[in-house]
Amino acid sequence: MRYETDVVVIGAGGGGMAAALSAYKSGADVILIEREEEAGGVLNQCIHNGFGLHYYKKDLTGPEFKETLQEELEKTNVRVLKGTFVLDVSRDKRITFVNSDGIHEIKTKALVMTTGARERHFNSLGIPGDRVSGIFTAGVAQKYINLQNLKPANSALIVGSGDIGLIMARRLHLEGIEVKGVVEILPYPGGLERNVQQCLRDYDIPLYLSHSVTRVEGKNRLSKVYVSQLDGTGNIIPNSEKVFEVDALITSVGLIPSVKPVEFVKTGPGFITSNTNQTTEDWIFAAGNCTVIFDLVDYVAREGEKAGKYAALYAKDEYISQEKITIKKGKNINIIHPSYIDPNQATKLYIRVSRVFQKAEITIEPLGIKIIEEEARPSEMVEIQIKPFKDNLCKEIEVSAHELG
Amino acid sequence: MVAVIGGGIVGSLIAREINKYVEDVYLFEAKNGIGTGVTKANSGILHGGYDDPPGSLRAQLCYKGNRLYDEISRELSIEVKRIGSHVVALDESELAVIDELEEKATRNNVKEYRILNRDELFEMEPNLSENALSSFYCPIAGITEPWEVAIQAARSIELNGGRVFKGKRLVEVAKKDGKFELSFEDGSTYTADLVINAAGLYADEVAKLFGDDVPKIFPIKGEYFLLGKDVRYVNSVIFPMPSELTKGCLVIPTVDGGFLAGPTAHGVQSKQDFSTTRDGLAEVKEKTLKLIPSLDFSRNVVKTFAGLRPESGGKDFYIDVGTDNVIHVSGIRSPGLTAAPAIAKYVTEYLIEEKLHINLEKRQNYIEHVEKVSHFVETDFDYWSKAIEEDPEAGQIICFCNKVTKQEIKEAIRNGARTIDEVKFATRASFGECQGSSCTSKILKIICDETGLRPQDVLLNEKGSWIIDSEVRSI
Repeated sequence: MRYETDVVVIGAGGGGMAAALSAYKSGADVILIEREEEAGGVLNQCIHNGFGLHYYKKDLTGPEFKETLQEELEKTNVRVLKGTFVLDVSRDKRITFVNSDGIHEIKTKALVMTTGARERHFNSLGIPGDRVSGIFTAGVAQKYINLQNLKPANSALIVGSGDIGLIMARRLHLEGIEVKGVVEILPYPGGLERNVQQCLRDYDIPLYLSHSVTRVEGKNRLSKVYVSQLDGTGNIIPNSEKVFEVDALITSVGLIPSVKPVEFVKTGPGFITSNTNQTTEDWIFAAGNCTVIFDLVDYVAREGEKAGKYAALYAKDEYISQEKITIKKGKNINIIHPSYIDPNQATKLYIRVSRVFQKAEITIEPLGIKIIEEEARPSEMVEIQIKPFKDNLCKEIEVSAHELG
Repeated sequence: MVAVIGGGIVGSLIAREINKYVEDVYLFEAKNGIGTGVTKANSGILHGGYDDPPGSLRAQLCYKGNRLYDEISRELSIEVKRIGSHVVALDESELAVIDELEEKATRNNVKEYRILNRDELFEMEPNLSENALSSFYCPIAGITEPWEVAIQAARSIELNGGRVFKGKRLVEVAKKDGKFELSFEDGSTYTADLVINAAGLYADEVAKLFGDDVPKIFPIKGEYFLLGKDVRYVNSVIFPMPSELTKGCLVIPTVDGGFLAGPTAHGVQSKQDFSTTRDGLAEVKEKTLKLIPSLDFSRNVVKTFAGLRPESGGKDFYIDVGTDNVIHVSGIRSPGLTAAPAIAKYVTEYLIEEKLHINLEKRQNYIEHVEKVSHFVETDFDYWSKAIEEDPEAGQIICFCNKVTKQEIKEAIRNGARTIDEVKFATRASFGECQGSSCTSKILKIICDETGLRPQDVLLNEKGSWIIDSEVRSI
């Protein structure tokens, strides 16, 4: 079978569902593709609350956030293909997919990539030791417990204090699995402050900052994890070794944007986009964790919504890409999104500072924008609005941060 | 009945070779999967046979084995990629070693090689260190997936009336009426007329059960990095200059598009020590970066692992008849994978027929060809579409990294896979960059659905490698 449409959206997580909805609302014919049997992505297994505070002004669980989007989607004629895997995206705007109905092709005018991210695996860290069962990414442990009713451990150590790691520490604890601690290689936690409080301190789970796993041991199943403290330069402090006797190591050591199968689009490592979510291929838009890793699904949905809108406008020849201004990372900035600005359109800038600040002043030059941010830290994104502007001489914008006072 | 002890690549291929003559061949593997011992964790290289010590059994069987892989590849439907190999000289002093290699090649009767100058070398391998001056290039060298050879050989045995047992560790041997009574750890016993001991790391211990002494086996650990498919570092196998003990730390393309860096070579005490070490991994990095400076060990690593090679004092294969009708195939160190098909013929045609004077006749009804589990993503869309029409599960992708369908996973289970690793090595599901994060829980469920096992009974690989403890709460 051959399909034709205006906009294809790949990935029906929070970002993709929002993108499909907004493309539809902007007048486009839309096909939304999801490789899993259900839409929703990681929202399905995030049964805790704290979702939607920005996007819906409500405190929702992951499944509730998804259902809210899904109910809206069901009122539209967006075609949703579940259990469908995209095999190829060609430069002439043809998308080949496979599912249990066969292998088919879609001819489209625009594409939105909302393919999310995957968890970095422990195996890729090069940490020595035995090859054992019992090492799970936080997401896998979460899926077993929350979706499959399967308990993968009796006692656990968590490595990485990203939000998923923190949330899983609490989740495991609540299900009667003894959580012996959370180990973080950096001197500050990787996740949101509210999660450190609600998931660790509230349950007396110790957080070991500036610590690193040095070895895993076990005969077929994990039995011991060796952890050492690091000095300011990342070297192991002698005689600081602790041994944790656990049968599971749950890892939350970073997310990697998923950019397959459109390798011809520029990435670094996620898709590089403009404020209109356009990638280096003008018909391909991208939003959410496949661009940079966002703190909240609220941001992802908002980005998806924007990508869907511009993709629909592009498909109708109503949005033509303009000459773009490059946004450059200045001093003390780790992550910046987007990478380019079409100055005729509004911009929501997301940045991560590269270290902890008591009081940071963030400057955007030459636009003269200055923002004060109390307790800025790498784990919490800062959002900055930039209104559309006209400045023919402006070719580059630089964002920097420095400590005030 | 002919019993083969050890379901690695050597045992499986020997069993398959004998099975061409004798229907009643039983292959006994101690571990829970075929090809999961020494076979699983090695470099996967088909060596050219030029640098083994002239006159050794290794030299005699390596080149022959290399040549036999065309036939093996066809008959067992396994992938062999003859991508060639370079032994690279990085300074003037190493140029002399290339001359020595040439001399050895001549003595080993290997003609398939060329000495490349710097320009020719860089045209083939642009990412080599700029210090590279020349290489000893062997176009018949190649790569394969060793466990796949063993798995397919085992399938061919089942297809031809033989039997394959997993999880059967031999613990006792008794001689009765000129036959061997073999007792296994699980309490079962079998009576064999002829036994082939191809027990890999444990071949010396198994020989003792038969009252025979073979050279003691010393496990040599080799540590590796597996790097992802994003960067094409090399096109062929890249060796440094060899030393007395080893061929050094190499950079090797894998059949499915990734790259291996390694191995180290250090003796260890235990035959069960498959741990990676800080020093070992650091050594691999340091040595392989000298060959390919762009190897990205910070972002491109998929996993690290270690394998053990069965070395013996003589550094040569020990393949000979023991007391009565038993043949010991021991000390199969590098290039054992390359030599394996030739070892199978050596055991069958020389040791069994000539030395033991057992008359063998080819079976009339023997089926040479074995299909492999269909890997649809490698077929054309017409073929794949037809398969989906017949079975919609052929269109359901379970492993996103390597695009493995539910149909393929179920086929592997029908072929006997019961553990996550067995499914992995039969289908490549969970072998990719996410290391099973997306698919292991699904594979676990499919194994349960297909076999009736409970989730807590499904193992990663060996006994004790449980994944699930229990249900979170009973429903």
